[in-house]
Amino acid sequence: MFQSLGKYILLLQLSFKKPEKFSVYWREVMLEMVSVGIGSLGIISIISVFIGAATTIQVAFQLSSPLVPRSIAGSIARDSNILEFSPTISSLVLAGRVGSSFASQIGTMRVTEQIDALEIMGVNAPGYLISPKIIAGVTMVPMLVIISIMLGITGGYIACIVTGDITPADYIMGVNDGFDGLTVRVALVKAFVFGFIIASICSYQGFYTSGGALEVGQSATAGVVYSCVWILFADLMITSIML
Amino acid sequence: MIEVKDIYKTFGDNEVLKGISATFQTGKNNLIIGGSGSGKTTLLKCIVGLHEPTKGQVFFEDENFTEMDFTERVPIRTQIGMLFQNSALFDSMTVEENIMFPLNLFTRQSKQEKLERANFCLERVNLKGKNKLYPAELSGGMKKRVGIARAISMQPKYLFVDEPNSGLDPKTSILIDELINELTTEYEMTTVVVTHDMNSVMGIGDHIIFLHQGQKWWEGPHKEIAHTDNKELNDFVFASKFMQAAKSKL
Ligand SMILES: Nc1ncnc2c1ncn2[C@@H]1O[C@H](COP(=O)(O)OP(=O)(O)O)[C@@H](O)[C@H]1O
Ligand SMILES: [Mg+2]
Repeated sequence: MFQSLGKYILLLQLSFKKPEKFSVYWREVMLEMVSVGIGSLGIISIISVFIGAATTIQVAFQLSSPLVPRSIAGSIARDSNILEFSPTISSLVLAGRVGSSFASQIGTMRVTEQIDALEIMGVNAPGYLISPKIIAGVTMVPMLVIISIMLGITGGYIACIVTGDITPADYIMGVNDGFDGLTVRVALVKAFVFGFIIASICSYQGFYTSGGALEVGQSATAGVVYSCVWILFADLMITSIML
Repeated sequence: MIEVKDIYKTFGDNEVLKGISATFQTGKNNLIIGGSGSGKTTLLKCIVGLHEPTKGQVFFEDENFTEMDFTERVPIRTQIGMLFQNSALFDSMTVEENIMFPLNLFTRQSKQEKLERANFCLERVNLKGKNKLYPAELSGGMKKRVGIARAISMQPKYLFVDEPNSGLDPKTSILIDELINELTTEYEMTTVVVTHDMNSVMGIGDHIIFLHQGQKWWEGPHKEIAHTDNKELNDFVFASKFMQAAKSKL
């Protein structure tokens, strides 16, 4: 356990050594950002709308008392989306979608000697392979989470129209009521940290693959499982520190 | 010239190399031969620094490579070309991008110059016009040739090749051997080839090192290989009936 942690930290240090040539690395960063950001847009949109809708219906159901104003449901659904559902559930899904592809891509390069080929040329393989993925992770996951928040709130609105549990006007009033910028800051800190966790842990698992196709698969699985566990742990830590 | 001094390499408690010393001359095709698992690849990886030897040193023209750190090694690394057993082409890049990759990172050439160099290397390995193909679209022999083209793109002083013939038919295999041989002479490279292919041994071996049980068991030019009384070497070289029959004629 401590040995792996040491190896992980060492690998991260190597990843952020000065690049041989900035332009080549920049290209890699752009490619990874497109692949993570644009590539995950579809799945993130779908889950965000559905979870936003479900949350709103559920909160409306729990608050069906004549003593509380109906619009409160909008505020609660909004905060739940911003603070927990958008950052955490999106990141868990991204661990599966993005993390597993990072791990298997790097793992395949390891077992087919492509990483050896990089090193033989004098390329710092961790820097070339891992740092662009981490940069893409810490920029694109927050971006996706912002989109997810907006779509989640939209999902709630759609739920109001469809089910009529609360009127859309009440919902909108609730969403605008008592909004605190801190919640968005918490969401962005979470997204940044989760993006880092996904990219670094999955790259680490891939980088230290040995064997063949079977082991590449195992690395991808391990990367996703460890990322998810660390995301949930970090979620708890950040929530308890910042709120 | 590359000098290897008393190299030991252990994995856990498996002692793979037990004190190997050898000199590889410039402009020569140096062969490392031996049975499967005899440590050929391990020796090659120790020389180029993909494995750190447990003990011993490697010198590139009197420079102690073993004692250098990653950054200090870069100037020597850029003079090394290597062809891997499974070619190890970057599969997210086209043939042309593979060949231009080291040029992009380590030279200040213009796009046009890099492209010209890539085309020159491709032509040299008889793959003119295959620039835009991806590794997955190439046959085994073509991959090897692209691997060679990438290895020579930086005009290296040292060429390392691991099992150039594995997985190839005999005819393609000979073409690859000849290509390596020609390039070695043409560019005055110090070439080290790991192989267990007897055609290569008889065809291109200027200087041969036979590994057995982690030690250098025999060393010499290929002409002498048929006339040695080293038992293990004879067992290795003349393992097949065909080679035994051929022995009398050698
Ligand atoms: N990375 C490694 N870790 C542990 N053992 C290894 C490693 N690489 C090679 N070996 C062991 O070293 C021995 C020699 O392997 P190798 O050099 O690949 O042989 P050859 O290339 O001659 O077939 C084998 O017994 C192999 O199991
Ligand atoms: Mg081998």
